[in-house]
Amino acid sequence: MTRAPDVTREQRGQTKRMSVRLQCPGYPEDTLRSLADRLPCRDTQLETLLQLMGQPDQYSYPSIFIYGHRATGKSHVVLSVMKDLELPHASVDCVECVSSGLLFHQVLSAFFGPDAAALLPRCPSLSDFVRLYKQMSSNSPATQTRYIILDRAERLRDMDFSLLPALLRLQELVSDNVTVILLSEIVWEKFRPNTGCFEPLLFHFPDYSKAELVQILSWDHHPSYTPELYASYINILLGVFFSVCRDLRELRHLAVLNFSKFCEPLEKGEAKESDIHKLWKNIEPHLQRAMQTVYLREVSSVQWEQQQMDEEAATTLRVLSAHAHIELPYYSKFLLIAAYLASFNPARTDRRFFLKSHGKIRKTNFLKKHEKTSNHLLGPKPFPLDRMMAIFYSVVDSRVAPTASIFSQISSLVTLQLLSQVGHDDQLDSPKYKCSVSLDFILAISRTVGFDVVKYLYDFL
Amino acid sequence: MSEIPTSSVSKGCFVFKSASKKRKRHVGVGGYLVDDSDDNASDRFKICQKLWETVQMNTEVIQDQLNKKVLDSLAEFIKKHGLGRSSDNWRQRASEIPTAALMLGVNVPDHAMTFRSLCNLLQDSVTPFVVSVHAKECAAVKFLIQKVLEQLMEIGVSVDEEQEDDTALPQRTQCTISALCQWYKTVTKKSTKVSPQRKENSTNSDLPQSLPVVVIFKDFEAFNPQVLQDFILICSRYTQELPFIFIFGIATSPSAIQHRLPHSVSSLLCIEVFHSLSCTQHLASVFEKLILNSEFPFKLSSRVIQVLVGIFLYHDFSVQNFVKGLQFSMLEHFNSQPLSVLCCQKQEALLSAKTLSKKNVERIRHLPSFMRYVETQEPQEQVRLLTDDEHVKGVCHTLLKNLHKYHKNYYPILQCLHSLTSSLPKFPLGKHIRELHVSCIEKNLWETEEYDSALQLLRILAKDELVAALRKCAEILKSAKRMQNVLQQLDDFIGRLEALQSVSSEDSSGNGIVSGKIEYQRTDLFQLQKTLLEKESRRTRRMNPFEVLRSQVIEFIDSLVREYLTPAELQPLSEVCYYSSSGVLRQRLNVTPRTSIQAALSHPFYYLQNESLKTNSGTISSAAPDLCIVYKLHLECGRLINLYDWLEAYVTVMSAAEDQDTNSEEGGKYDSLKHARFIQAVSEMEFLGFVKSTKQKTDHVARLTWGGC
Ligand SMILES: Nc1ncnc2c1ncn2[C@@H]1O[C@H](COP(=O)(O)OP(=O)(O)OP(=O)(O)O)[C@@H](O)[C@H]1O
Ligand SMILES: [Mg+2]
Repeated sequence: MTRAPDVTREQRGQTKRMSVRLQCPGYPEDTLRSLADRLPCRDTQLETLLQLMGQPDQYSYPSIFIYGHRATGKSHVVLSVMKDLELPHASVDCVECVSSGLLFHQVLSAFFGPDAAALLPRCPSLSDFVRLYKQMSSNSPATQTRYIILDRAERLRDMDFSLLPALLRLQELVSDNVTVILLSEIVWEKFRPNTGCFEPLLFHFPDYSKAELVQILSWDHHPSYTPELYASYINILLGVFFSVCRDLRELRHLAVLNFSKFCEPLEKGEAKESDIHKLWKNIEPHLQRAMQTVYLREVSSVQWEQQQMDEEAATTLRVLSAHAHIELPYYSKFLLIAAYLASFNPARTDRRFFLKSHGKIRKTNFLKKHEKTSNHLLGPKPFPLDRMMAIFYSVVDSRVAPTASIFSQISSLVTLQLLSQVGHDDQLDSPKYKCSVSLDFILAISRTVGFDVVKYLYDFL
Repeated sequence: MSEIPTSSVSKGCFVFKSASKKRKRHVGVGGYLVDDSDDNASDRFKICQKLWETVQMNTEVIQDQLNKKVLDSLAEFIKKHGLGRSSDNWRQRASEIPTAALMLGVNVPDHAMTFRSLCNLLQDSVTPFVVSVHAKECAAVKFLIQKVLEQLMEIGVSVDEEQEDDTALPQRTQCTISALCQWYKTVTKKSTKVSPQRKENSTNSDLPQSLPVVVIFKDFEAFNPQVLQDFILICSRYTQELPFIFIFGIATSPSAIQHRLPHSVSSLLCIEVFHSLSCTQHLASVFEKLILNSEFPFKLSSRVIQVLVGIFLYHDFSVQNFVKGLQFSMLEHFNSQPLSVLCCQKQEALLSAKTLSKKNVERIRHLPSFMRYVETQEPQEQVRLLTDDEHVKGVCHTLLKNLHKYHKNYYPILQCLHSLTSSLPKFPLGKHIRELHVSCIEKNLWETEEYDSALQLLRILAKDELVAALRKCAEILKSAKRMQNVLQQLDDFIGRLEALQSVSSEDSSGNGIVSGKIEYQRTDLFQLQKTLLEKESRRTRRMNPFEVLRSQVIEFIDSLVREYLTPAELQPLSEVCYYSSSGVLRQRLNVTPRTSIQAALSHPFYYLQNESLKTNSGTISSAAPDLCIVYKLHLECGRLINLYDWLEAYVTVMSAAEDQDTNSEEGGKYDSLKHARFIQAVSEMEFLGFVKSTKQKTDHVARLTWGGC
């Protein structure tokens, strides 16, 4: 098991970066140094990885499983190592592999050229792949360890169930010097097939701390400003965003988007670079606004930048969720209301709400709230079509013939995802539905038709 | 067939549709019409088709006009993102894919046309690489990628391992985006080499041409979220090489995006929202162009309009369907009303009035509106109208002219009245002009309460409001040739109103308050109106010059309404142009499957048209299909039906017919054939959803419908 030793944790706190001396025989030293420089804050991971890999011609561990949160540099570190040290490798993003054949194809063409990959049969099986690999590698045996890097490896679980166990011990299967590196955001426990398999070497990439983030982000400073200025900008940015977002990619995106605003006082000559406080006062409210808009993608990045250009656009800009209103045909509205009532009221209360003379059921014993939890907390419940139609006819204010268009409106609501069908959609007999709109939405809808939906909801009695 | 010239400059293959098939179909239509050639059926068919063509043309024009703005801004968006990228490499917007969220409204049937014009526009002016995908064809990512590749590369891409049919192809393309990347590279390289004179190139020749690849998701909501997410993830890996742009066709609201895509995926997109035209606005334009138009001879009665608009508002919001309804009414009208030969442009109508057949003249005599007209004539004239065919034709000629004149006058005045009343609080005469139109053609508008209250409100308008409203009317009337007289009078009124300068200060302030308060429509308006009206009536005694003039204006408007906005029904020969069978229309367009099933089961004659099935209601004919008998018997039962009793009853009905003298010895028994037929009928009942099996009681089934016969 490889864990970052505690010593390095202390080192991280140091502002001045120590130039780490990587000692790995078999690899050119200056490449290693530049590699270490390009991967700030990942020295220990880099070192461990190189140690695991051993010398180029030595066999490495058959499979390595690297995990860690989003944007902790997993792909970046591994691929940089591969590229800079010019190791033979095949890098595959599993999300692209809609079939395992594509994966085999990519691996073979990376190692042995596209011609080799073309030899794969039409829908290659795992054994086809292994056979072809063996054949090819016997022609051109590995002088260096070959690496197969599988990004987003969690997708492998959805593919052929034998694929993952086979990949984990591919070295043994093809008897070649090959190592499979799996990259994932998910821990290994969620991968392990219940039939058991070869255990890969687990390797964790921890999240970056705030100081590390500052260090990495300051790296790509703007060419026309001093690095110090940019670093202080990054500090301010993280002061606002660190509590909600530690995703390096996202932070970098935000940094780029807002930098021009930060520099505005400098451009106008209102402040000097040393005037950090003034710059902070200028940018802070802006960043707060960004947190509620661009960060959530309520406003697109282009719109956000345009808005910075001219202040007028800022006031007219409408965020994405502001257009929540949906215009629906009259009966569709009532159908939706009926569906909502059917989803959130217990079926036994229908008599009380919808029977004109419910007489006997008195309110007191009716209100026996043995179910303490509100139905709204439990979420929508499925209901049969008949029940919804019965409610529909009792809430709609005019006589409605059961026409085909009423029924087709139900399926329209399903395609619009305002209702969702429960169970299989070829069940013709008595289909069940769920209402998937929010209370606010249904309140708005019922307001437009003058229907007081709250009066009919069991939760609000 | 060999005579068809096939000369062409380029090589190509020519498709000859089998001529025999075509002719056969044509004969089919002709055959229907020849049957009653006496009624000029083929003429009517021709008129109808011509009208339908104008309808189609007009609707397309309207759609294009209304969509122009949003489509143009979309094209602009795509140009901006597709062609002007990577200007500043310090802040390259990493891998965000520009995405347009196109809000289309819930009227899904109308979307197809919008997408078609969008595709054409983009292909003409922005990029040849436009793909549109439907959720139905993309149940998995691979199918989605396959669709995109197929449409772009215009070749078959194999995705499914099972289909072995096209293994013969030497280099099969793999169904991946990287294959697309390769293709894109070669294509763009070629096109920059071969055609450097492209429009885009000439404008910014120094930039490497990067035509964007536009993927249109036609029905965003229906897509499987997982498929979408994967596709976006994959595409975002290639943004450097392949300039993707997405368009999401969204029927509901932009929040649908956030519901379907998690932050990790939506952060890969750069989303901008575009709104397409609202369907009500679209309907209003179609209505104005096709129905409130004197150039268009075919008219709808108020009831028919209500049915069509009702379907629109209550059921589907679809303008397409509205136009289909209009088409159906046209077909019905020209098919069922022989006199519709006269329903065409004025000159043609006048011509065919001269050549009316004897039968048609007789039909004219039977038209209710014509009969009413006859009654108003002198006795001598009446006799002539009833006996002299030629005279009828002559009269017809003038009546048709009058009808056209009526329409020419009607629409401008209708628009004027609408513009006057549509700004009144609470819209006493309706918010939309179609509502006003419906009430005008159905009854005498001036006899309604709504009209009274509208006039009352007009009577308390302040001066500047009144002048503004009259100006609008004058604007409308300017385009109506026949209305110059009225326009003159109106201008005169406006002039006089403006000349009135010195309104006494007390009054002007009073009126100011009135007008000011009318603006607040939310407050207790009714109360306010009442008090104001009372105040007004109290004041009538001592009117200032403005008030005098104002009431003159109102009277003038009133007289116009009474003169020109008379109900269409009262116009002689209105039946020629007006289609009024709203019942038929409703039955055909807004079908009720359940009632049809019930009608079929209880009155099989209605559908089968077999004489032996004609029965008076209540009795059960044994000649009817088993299902009908079983159905009728089950109507007499309660919630639970005893199967044995049911069978007994069935057998009784059957054997009662077979021979009346069946003795009681056979009463308890019945042959297995009848038994089997009964069982089959019951299972058919179950299939139709009238009964279902129940565990409550053995040998019983539960009824699922209520009520008896
Ligand atoms: N230590 C680092 N120094 C410089 N840049 C880094 C570092 N770590 C990550 N990055 C940058 O952050 C981005 C995200 O990193 P990377 O793609 O490696 O994350 P990941 O862990 O693979 O995330 P995911 O699980 O989402 O694939 C990359 O563009 C990379 O350039
Ligand atoms: Mg990664």
